[in-house]
Amino acid sequence: MKANGKEMEVREGTTLHEFLVSAGYDTSRVAVELNGSVSPRNTYKNIVLKDTDSMEIVSFVGGG
Amino acid sequence: MPLRVGIAGLGGLGSNVAVMLVRSGFRDLVLADFDRVEESNLNRQAYFRRHLGMKKTDACVEILKMIDPEAEPEAHDVRLDEENIAGVFEGCKIVCEALDTADAKAMLVNTVLTKMPGTYLVSGSGISGWDSPDGIRTKHVFEKLYVCGDGTSDTGDMHAPRVAVCAGHQANLILRLIYGMEDEKIE
Repeated sequence: MKANGKEMEVREGTTLHEFLVSAGYDTSRVAVELNGSVSPRNTYKNIVLKDTDSMEIVSFVGGG
Repeated sequence: MPLRVGIAGLGGLGSNVAVMLVRSGFRDLVLADFDRVEESNLNRQAYFRRHLGMKKTDACVEILKMIDPEAEPEAHDVRLDEENIAGVFEGCKIVCEALDTADAKAMLVNTVLTKMPGTYLVSGSGISGWDSPDGIRTKHVFEKLYVCGDGTSDTGDMHAPRVAVCAGHQANLILRLIYGMEDEKIE
């Protein structure tokens, strides 16, 4: 699987939510584009990642 | 229908982006904020001392009309949430994310990108402190999402120079999108 341009290994059955948490992301502060479409946040726990997936993750910081 | 641009949040980023767009001759803005102008805002936001206590929507409209009396920004005095965002920014082909907290930024970005298909989003993230403004950049991260900022600084202390640099990135990109200078074609 590719995340932000880097090749990563994911265990079979890992959900998007599990991957984000294990990679250190706060899921309330991110947006994820998986294979070209933005994943709604209420689907993170249902999406099972595949070897062929490619995702971009943006993590926001405060200040406006 | 003319191309409209929404601005979510009228703090350091949003108030300055609105001013830059109107100075550039762009008038079709939709503004949203729920807050009032406070003393602590004056170090970086577009407001003046006499605006203290005013709703930011009212103060921002007044400033924009001082620059261009024919500007007619549509202002919404509202706290944006997942339920009202699509209604407030209906018809906007571009939305500028200029909210305060990381959670609110992520909420707005996710809501616009999933509920308003075809809308471009120009977000600001990482504007605090005094590091070199060369670290503030515009990145095209998703098909419809650009993020301006250094991506990391969130110490909470924000000052005019870096905030204005990031607002400049956002306003410049919005104008590039409007006038077809990016590869994307906005219909």
